[in-house]
Amino acid sequence: MDFLNALVALTNFVVIPALAYGSQLALGALGVTLIYGILRFSNFSHGDVMAFGTMWVILTTWLLQAAGIGFGVLPTALLALPVGIVATILYMLAADKFVFSFYRRQRVKPVVLVMVSIGVMFITNGIVRLIIGPGRQSFDDGGRFIFSVREFREWSGLAEGLALRTTQFLTMVIALAVMIALFWFLNRTRTGKSMRAFSDNEDLALLSGINPDRVVRVTWVLTATLATIAGVLYGLDKGFQPFTYFQLLLPIFASAIVGGLGNPLGAIAGGYIIAFAEMTITYAWRRVLGHILPEEWLPDGLIQVLSVDYKFAVSFALLVLVLIFRPTGVFRGKSV
Amino acid sequence: MSRAATGAKPSAGNAATASGSDPMLIGEHMTGGYGGADILHSCTIAVEKGQIAVIVGPNGAGKSTAMKAVFGMLKLREGHVRLKGRDITTLTPQARVAEGMAFVPQTSNIFPSMTVEENLEMGAFLRRDDIGETMEQVYELFPILRDKRSQAAGELSGGQRQQVAVGRALMTKPSVLMLDEPTAGVSPIVMDELFDRIIEVARTGISILMVEQNARQALAIADMGYVLVQGRNRFTDSGQALLADPEVRRSFLGG
Repeated sequence: MDFLNALVALTNFVVIPALAYGSQLALGALGVTLIYGILRFSNFSHGDVMAFGTMWVILTTWLLQAAGIGFGVLPTALLALPVGIVATILYMLAADKFVFSFYRRQRVKPVVLVMVSIGVMFITNGIVRLIIGPGRQSFDDGGRFIFSVREFREWSGLAEGLALRTTQFLTMVIALAVMIALFWFLNRTRTGKSMRAFSDNEDLALLSGINPDRVVRVTWVLTATLATIAGVLYGLDKGFQPFTYFQLLLPIFASAIVGGLGNPLGAIAGGYIIAFAEMTITYAWRRVLGHILPEEWLPDGLIQVLSVDYKFAVSFALLVLVLIFRPTGVFRGKSV
Repeated sequence: MSRAATGAKPSAGNAATASGSDPMLIGEHMTGGYGGADILHSCTIAVEKGQIAVIVGPNGAGKSTAMKAVFGMLKLREGHVRLKGRDITTLTPQARVAEGMAFVPQTSNIFPSMTVEENLEMGAFLRRDDIGETMEQVYELFPILRDKRSQAAGELSGGQRQQVAVGRALMTKPSVLMLDEPTAGVSPIVMDELFDRIIEVARTGISILMVEQNARQALAIADMGYVLVQGRNRFTDSGQALLADPEVRRSFLGG
């Protein structure tokens, strides 16, 4: 019985939050890895592009709420999602046309494009703060729980409770659907295959008659879509604040690099690895261990390796370890 | 074509003049380089329909450069490239692919993370019709590729990769197939095998233009041989005649 309680506590405090957070990171890392694989640079503007997309979704959500339109138990933000995606796609295509394409035509080194993306990051950051402000915004509505702690306790009769929030559940379901759709696109469609070919061998792709401009355009469209979805899911789960999205850049890049830059499967694996690492290292294990270990074995402290404030240190440490011991990542990405 | 397109070479009987009509593909009096000094000096390369033309010569003779010039990867200061009698000098390499030229680079000539079948599909990217039949022909030409169709091309051996590379190029149903040192880095057995396949391709009516380091073996299967020295045509004749020429043997084939 105690073991069961430990398992429930672990699921409630570590597994479910880590799965949700990991899904958000994975979607973010997929965008980063696509840009790296096809356009061959690390896109530092990704976090703020996520904020940009989420901002439009929040604004549209408010508009819908003011008009009295809801989505039942689901958050209204899902209705507003297409607006945010379209806005972000247009924004990224404009950024490519007016900023990135100029440097691409000059065939600059990847590091120059990284610098350019930092410029785009600052601009995007400024736009978001100008329009919606630097403060924290909450925009989730609809039903809060699929099942709550109280409902679970009554159903199971256990001392420990388990809750599944609607946003966590939605995050996992939507992330899974998006990943399946993305892989179907990359592996089964003509355009998707041409993107992989372009990523594999740019010169040969050109010789095969693949249109590079089209590949670049589709890449931005996919990236903008992934960024907006990732941003909205994160915002629904944990609240929206522009600075937080900027900070997300570190765990997202850690995910992409740990999994293997340029490899979509690696980005997904990396997202969950980083999320579970952050959660297990910053979680106070006393509660779970209290159910399993005998009283006298239990230490006095919280049995927490690092405080939650240091969660970014976990992704950073993992990133450094992977770069030292397996620089191409778990799934063997590419290194320029 | 009335004008003799033989350039500065002593031997008579260019394929073009012999037949009296324009060859399938001809790069005529090509002069140019990569920006600095000229590498090619009035160099002429031609291939007839269904024939094999081989470019040989010492290191740094401009063999690959001549090939790239014909394919439009090099800006010509002088000279013309004509395909089926049509001037294509100003076309980009991509546009030449659409016109029926296929090019197999010496290195990085496959998509390593994609399967063999996907490599072939990408070769046929420009085609909107059914590619199943062409793919079947490639599999008949290179049976090993059929067995490995769902394997990543980067995991194959050197010889098999070259087969993928040639197969990819054939997927556009080209009229001319250009190969840049197809046997570089493969074992002698695989080399013989590849040459056999290349002859088979030529028998289907596709013209073949290739640069080869293994001059002796390449000239043995060549209808036409071009010996380049310092970007100039030095000898031009049928493969057999070049192999028999004592001067060519002494200077370029090691006796």
